Amino acid sequence: MNFGLSDEQELLRAEVRKFLGDRCPIDTVRLLAETEHAHSPELWKQLAELGWLGMIVPEQYGGSDLGWVELAVLLIETGRSLLPAPLVASTLVVATLVDAASDEERERWLPGLVDGSTIGSVAILEESESWTPTAIGLRGEPDRDGFVLTGCKRFVSDPMTADLFLVPFRTGDGEREITVAVVESESDGLSRKSFPSMDRTRRMGDVLFEGVRVPASQVLGPVGEGWPVVARLIDRGAVATAAEICGAAEALHRLSLEYAMDRKQFGRPIGAFQGIKHPLAEMYLEVESSKSLLYYAAWVLTHRPDEVPRAASCAKAYASEKFVRIGVDAIQIHGAVGYTDDCPVHLYFKRAKWARPSYGDSNYHFDRIVGLRGL
Amino acid sequence: MDFDLTKEEEAFRDDLRGFLDEHLPPPEERAPDFLPKWWKAVREKRLIGFAWPKQVTGGGGSLMEQFILKEELLARKAPMLGRDVTGLSWVGPALIQFGTDEQKQKYIPEILDGKTMWCTGYSEPDVGSDLASLQCRAERDGDEYVVNGSKIWISLAHFATGIYNLVRTDPNPPTKYDGISCLLIPMDTPGIEVVPIKNMSMTGMAEIFNQVFFKDVRVPVERRLGDEGEGWAIICSALQNERSSITEVMRHSQRLESLYELARHSRVNGRPALEDAGVRRKLASIETQIEALRLGGMRALSRQLRGLDHQSQASLGKLHNCNLLVECADFALELEGSANQYMAGSEAAVDDGRWQVDGLAWPVTVVGGGTPNIQKNIIAERILGLPKD
Ligand SMILES: Cc1cc2nc3c(=O)[nH]c(=O)nc-3n(C[C@H](O)[C@H](O)[C@H](O)COP(=O)(O)OP(=O)(O)OC[C@H]3O[C@@H](n4cnc5c(N)ncnc54)[C@H](O)[C@@H]3O)c2cc1C
Repeated sequence: MNFGLSDEQELLRAEVRKFLGDRCPIDTVRLLAETEHAHSPELWKQLAELGWLGMIVPEQYGGSDLGWVELAVLLIETGRSLLPAPLVASTLVVATLVDAASDEERERWLPGLVDGSTIGSVAILEESESWTPTAIGLRGEPDRDGFVLTGCKRFVSDPMTADLFLVPFRTGDGEREITVAVVESESDGLSRKSFPSMDRTRRMGDVLFEGVRVPASQVLGPVGEGWPVVARLIDRGAVATAAEICGAAEALHRLSLEYAMDRKQFGRPIGAFQGIKHPLAEMYLEVESSKSLLYYAAWVLTHRPDEVPRAASCAKAYASEKFVRIGVDAIQIHGAVGYTDDCPVHLYFKRAKWARPSYGDSNYHFDRIVGLRGL
Repeated sequence: MDFDLTKEEEAFRDDLRGFLDEHLPPPEERAPDFLPKWWKAVREKRLIGFAWPKQVTGGGGSLMEQFILKEELLARKAPMLGRDVTGLSWVGPALIQFGTDEQKQKYIPEILDGKTMWCTGYSEPDVGSDLASLQCRAERDGDEYVVNGSKIWISLAHFATGIYNLVRTDPNPPTKYDGISCLLIPMDTPGIEVVPIKNMSMTGMAEIFNQVFFKDVRVPVERRLGDEGEGWAIICSALQNERSSITEVMRHSQRLESLYELARHSRVNGRPALEDAGVRRKLASIETQIEALRLGGMRALSRQLRGLDHQSQASLGKLHNCNLLVECADFALELEGSANQYMAGSEAAVDDGRWQVDGLAWPVTVVGGGTPNIQKNIIAERILGLPKD
């Protein structure tokens, strides 16, 4: 048993951390956050060149054929630096294509997603905001060899930068009669809108389908049997989001710790007071526990598929709940400075609020953990 | 990262499972004379003192094998491997690390054979968390020490055959950590008096700890463990035990299953509690925390296996365990609703009152094992590097 990173994985971590430290320090994050799409095509290209967009993609499509632990290492670091980029959503599209698409579909999209010329996103949620099959109401009416989609997807991340969307839609009235397809953003009848979000490093919005035609060649797997693909995607989304949370929470803890050592009141560093020291110890326990759950979930994604639902739910439920709490403590530890725009703490605090509902909040995952017992 | 067992570890586990199939029936099938038979069998198989060297008749097991052994035993709700909890948990390991050959030969087989019952003499009336300020005095007189003072909250002292006692051999040490020594004192030595203290638990465990008085108690020098003044190093030493929190994890897991049972037959607003969203989410939240404790423990074990620092990780596990204990104990009583007001033993108590027992037992761990505040100080100062308070 080894619950630690291998030398190669440590090396990868160091490499990612160095790269992001150089190319995406917090000032750059702030600048990017105020650009129209919170996205730097140049940075994206560099991520691609370093092989980080195709980490879990087989070599034949230009990827590096690594596992989810490596991917988690990457996402912990991008979370730590609050990298503004459509990385999680695009990676989830990649992961879904790898195991649910036909050879032709893979040939068609994976190389572009891996080399950075194509960006993917995921459009699952609708008005009800529920991650269940019944919540999918977007209709796919049979049309020649494909479908015509009518409806609206909401809370889609990075809708404006995406070149293609993974879209589950309803092809029958049975609860799980769901089909998944790749829909290109330039398709006729598709329109999208991005709204300002509280976490300025993130972009999110609606994708409207008004009679969008999707040929059969873009459907993933058998018609009407797409729900397992979506369910797997949600689990992976939960793990990927938890990974970014772990990195961000760790960074937030580190910032608070450094501040507690620097700032003096009553003639001592405030970190000498137990009212500061003890929350920092609790935060540390929560960060480390989040990481334990996350690494295990990432490992089972590659090695023990049966355990994925429970492990993913534990990881996301715990991390998102604790990150929000850690954010509150971090602001308090910083005093008034923590309320200023200059101090980076609020960027993490807003990320915590943003990450909570993504791919299921803790209530969703708690309900599922009990549901997995057949209760 | 790898969570699979190696071939050798699997072989060890399979052999162990064969042994347990033969010697460990499920709890409901255990006969009244089961315990002595069990102890004999596990002693012969060298599972008692499993991590201890073979020279002292221990099992010579590796850390990973200890982990597997614990997992298997706990999964089958095995009783303790031996009677002498304190002897097996730290007196033995301390003897192995610091004892002379004569001491090892004299004391270790007795512990393994279940002939002893050690108790631990750390705390004093004025000395709790700040243990290094201890005052119980041992003055050298020829080949003996003369011990005067008292120890308090001493679990099991009223059954014990010996006390593993921290004393001050130098009354004016350079720092409070110096001048502390460790004596292994038989409880029947003249001058020792044990006075039980009643605790809040209201059960058979109500008189588990005691105050122990020492009045001119004469202890031969060869009963000192380690060098004079080495006492602090002994209690701080990384005793080579597997520290994966697996024991706590298994207990919590069994508790969680019982909580589900309880939720099945309790009611909230007239409906089965298990149908209540708040109850379900609380159960899942507890499950998630147990899982985090399990994995955190495995991370610590993994560090230990690689010879990295794992002591500080142990404080994380302890703090986590305390938080969970308090939360579970409280949640069970909340689930019972009004019936939680009945005491264990009362015929109206739910599940024979086991939740009342649990609801009053958490201080044993939360206070007795070094309080959460102290764990947080250790985490903040030793791991995070914050200034001392
Ligand atoms: C069931 C049980 C069994 C026990 N068995 C034994 C035994 O067998 N042998 C033995 O030697 N002892 C035993 N103990 C004693 C145990 O080790 C002590 O209770 C423990 O170390 C705490 O000491 P104290 O009770 O004196 O509390 P104190 O140290 O007086 O602490 C009281 C409160 O003050 C807080 N506090 C103290 N110092 C600080 C600080 N620096 N920062 C912040 N907060 C602080 C503590 O967290 C606690 O909340 C047992 C205790 C219990 C409850």
